[in-house]
Amino acid sequence: MSTDTVDAVHVAPHLGVGDRLRLWWDSLSRPAQWGFGVPALVLLALLPVLRPPVLTTVGTDFGGVMAQFGMYALLAIGLNVVVGQAGLLDLGYVGFYAIGAYTVGLITSTDSPWNQTDEWLPQSWGWVVALPLAVAITAVSGLILGSPTLRLRGDYLAIVTLGFGEIVRLLADNLKTLTNGGRGLSQIAYPVVGTSETRPTGVFSAGNAQPPWNAGLFWYWLALVAIVVVLLVVGNLERSRVGRAWVAIREDEDAAEIMGVPTFTFKLWAFLIGAAIGGLGGALYAGQVQFVIPTTFNVINSMLFLCAVVIGGQGNKLGVILGAFIIVYLPNFFLGRTSLLGIPIDGNEIANYKYLFFGLALMALMIFRPQGLFPARQKLLTYGRSMYQAARRVALAVTGDAEQSEGAR
Amino acid sequence: MSVLLQAGPVLAEGVIDFNIGLLTRNFWAITVDGLTYGSIYALVAVGYTLVYGVLRLINFAHSEIFMLGMFGQYATLMLLGFGPSGNAYQQGTGQTILYLGVAMIGGMAVSGGAAVALERVAYRPLRKRGAPSLVFLITAIGASFVIQEFVHFVLPHLTGKTLGGVNAQQPIRLVQPAVQFNVLGADVSNVEIVIVVAALVLALAVDRFINATKFGRGIRAVAQDPVTATLMGVSRERVIMLTFLIGGVLAGAAALLYTQRVPNGILYSGGFILGIKAFCAAVLGGIGNLRGALLGGLLLGVMELWGQALFGTEWRDVVAFVLLVLVLMFRPTGILGESLRGARA
Repeated sequence: MSTDTVDAVHVAPHLGVGDRLRLWWDSLSRPAQWGFGVPALVLLALLPVLRPPVLTTVGTDFGGVMAQFGMYALLAIGLNVVVGQAGLLDLGYVGFYAIGAYTVGLITSTDSPWNQTDEWLPQSWGWVVALPLAVAITAVSGLILGSPTLRLRGDYLAIVTLGFGEIVRLLADNLKTLTNGGRGLSQIAYPVVGTSETRPTGVFSAGNAQPPWNAGLFWYWLALVAIVVVLLVVGNLERSRVGRAWVAIREDEDAAEIMGVPTFTFKLWAFLIGAAIGGLGGALYAGQVQFVIPTTFNVINSMLFLCAVVIGGQGNKLGVILGAFIIVYLPNFFLGRTSLLGIPIDGNEIANYKYLFFGLALMALMIFRPQGLFPARQKLLTYGRSMYQAARRVALAVTGDAEQSEGAR
Repeated sequence: MSVLLQAGPVLAEGVIDFNIGLLTRNFWAITVDGLTYGSIYALVAVGYTLVYGVLRLINFAHSEIFMLGMFGQYATLMLLGFGPSGNAYQQGTGQTILYLGVAMIGGMAVSGGAAVALERVAYRPLRKRGAPSLVFLITAIGASFVIQEFVHFVLPHLTGKTLGGVNAQQPIRLVQPAVQFNVLGADVSNVEIVIVVAALVLALAVDRFINATKFGRGIRAVAQDPVTATLMGVSRERVIMLTFLIGGVLAGAAALLYTQRVPNGILYSGGFILGIKAFCAAVLGGIGNLRGALLGGLLLGVMELWGQALFGTEWRDVVAFVLLVLVLMFRPTGILGESLRGARA
C-alpha cells in the first residue's frame, strides 16, 4: 500500500465519486475545510464579475441570473427543512415567499395604504427595517397554517398547503384596497448603500444596471451572505435534538411518536423555520425587484421550488442549492443563445420548454433516482464526525496501516 | 404610526363586499348554476376518488387528463367539420345531441387513453419499485407539467397551430343558450339541462358499474384489501388500469360538458384549478367513496356559487379552497366517507 495517502479509495473501493468527495471532505481538519471552503465561496461570489466565456448567460444579465439563483437557493434551503428533513410535502411554499415579499411591499411601497416610510422611517432605511418584520410575520403565518393542518399526513398535507398557496395569491389579487390587486405594489424600498456620481441611487438600486458591477451582483452577494448564515443555523439545527427529531419523523412518524418524540411540536418547528426562510427570500426578492405582483407567486413556482429540492436531493443542504442552480441557470443559459459548441440551436425555444424538461426530469428521477442527484447520506448526525474518525482509526489499525496514516495526518 | 391605525377602517370598508341581497334575490338561479358546475366537478371527482380508493394515491395529474379531454372533444368537433364561430350552429335538437354525443366520445377516448398511458408510463414503474407515496405525488406533479407543456408548446407544432398554444381555443358553439322553463323564479337554460342530465346519467351508470358488475366487484375488492383480492384471483394490475380508464373517461365527458358552460375555457392551463376543486369535492364527500364524490361535487358547486354571490366573483376560488382547508381540518373523512385510513395522525 502506498505511503502518501491512506484514503477512502483503499478503505472502500466500491464508493462512487460523490462518496469519495464526501470522505475526503470529512477527513480534512476543520481549518483545512475553511481553507478550501472560503476560496471556493469567494470564487463563486466573483463568478458574475469574472463572467467566464461559456458559463455566462447571453440573453439576460449574468449578475441578475445569479441574484435569482441566490434567492432560489435560499428558498430551496427553507423548503428542504420542511420537505427534506421533516418529510412534510409542502406544495404551497410560494405562499410564504409571497407573504415575505408583500410584507416589505406593504410597509415600504408608495402604493400601499400601510406605507410607513416618510413619516418616521426614511425610504433608504425602509428595507432594512422591514426585513426582520417580514421574516417574523412569515414565521407567524407558518405557525398559523401549521397548527391546524400539521395533524394531517402526507398527501393531505400537500393538498392543503397547495390550497393555502393559492389562497395567499388570490388574497394578494383580490384585496385591492390593500395590495393594489393585479397592478402590484411598486417603488418598494431597497437598501441605499454606496451612492456615487455614477450610481446616484446606490449599488442595490434597480437603476444600477452597468455590468459587471450592477445591482444583480450586489443582490447576489447579499443573498450569498444570507445563504451562509441560514446554512450555519440550519446545519446546527440538523445536528441538534431538533434535527434528530425531524429525521425520526420523516422516517417513521408512528415510531417516533412511540419513542417519545413530540412529533407535532417538531413538525410545527420545521414549518415555522421553513416559512421564515421563505419570508427572508421573499423580502430579498421584493427589495431587488422593487415591485411585487400576484402573478409572481403562482402555484407553479411552488412546484419549481419543489423541483429544485427534489432534483438536488431531499435532505442535503448543498444538494438543494445545486438543484436551485440547475432550475434557475439552465433556462437562462439557453436564453438568447444561437449556437452551442458550434452547433446552431434555438436557445429561446429551449428556454421556453423549461417546464416540460423539468417535468420529464422529475418523472425520470422518481423512477431511476428518487433520492435526487446529490442525495443526503444517513449518518450519525451529532457525533458523526468524531465517530467516523474513531472508526476509521480502528479500521486502519486492523489493516496494519495505523502508523502510516498517523504520518499522513 | 397613525397611518397604521387608520388602516383599520380601510380594511373593514371596501376590501370585501358582503352582498347578501344578491344571494337572496337570485337564490334559485344561483343554485341551479351551482348544480351545473357541481355536476361537472362530481364527474371529475370520481376519477380522484376511484384511484385513491384503489391505490391510496392522489392522482395530481388528473386535472391535466380533464384538460386533454377538452382538447379531445374540440378536435372531434373539428373533424366533424365544425369550426370556431361567433354564433351557434343552429341545427335540430336531435342532430345537436348526436354531434355532442360524438364529441363527448372523442373527449372520453382521449382522456381515457391518456389516463391509462399515464398509469403505464409514470405510476407502474414506481409501483414495481414499491416507492413511498410522496414519490408518487412528485411524479404526478412532473406528469402534470409535462402534459400541460405538451399542449402549450408541442401540440401547436403537431397540428399546424390549430390546437394548443398560449391562447384559449376559439369556441365552437353547437348550442345557443336559451331559457327553456322557469323553476321557482330561476331560468333554466338548455345548456344547463344538457349538463345536469348527462352528468346524472353518467353518474348512475358508473355507480351501477362499480356496485353491480363483475368488474366493479373487482375494483371494490382491491380497494378493500389488495392482498386478499389478489389471492382470490383478481388481477390487481387490470383493476388499476380499469380504474384509471373509468376516471379518465368520466373526466373526458366532464370536459365536454364544461366547454358547453364555459366555451372559452379550452386552454393548456385550464384544468388545474378545476382539478383542485374536483379533488376538494372528492374530499368533501369522503375520498375513496364513489357516492361521496358525486355528492361532494354538487355541494361544492352550489356552495362556491353562493360564496361568489356573497363576496363577489373574484372570491369564488377562495371560497372553494377555504372549504377544502376547513373540511380537511375538521372532518377529513368527509361527509359520507369511511374508507379513509391514516389521514390523521
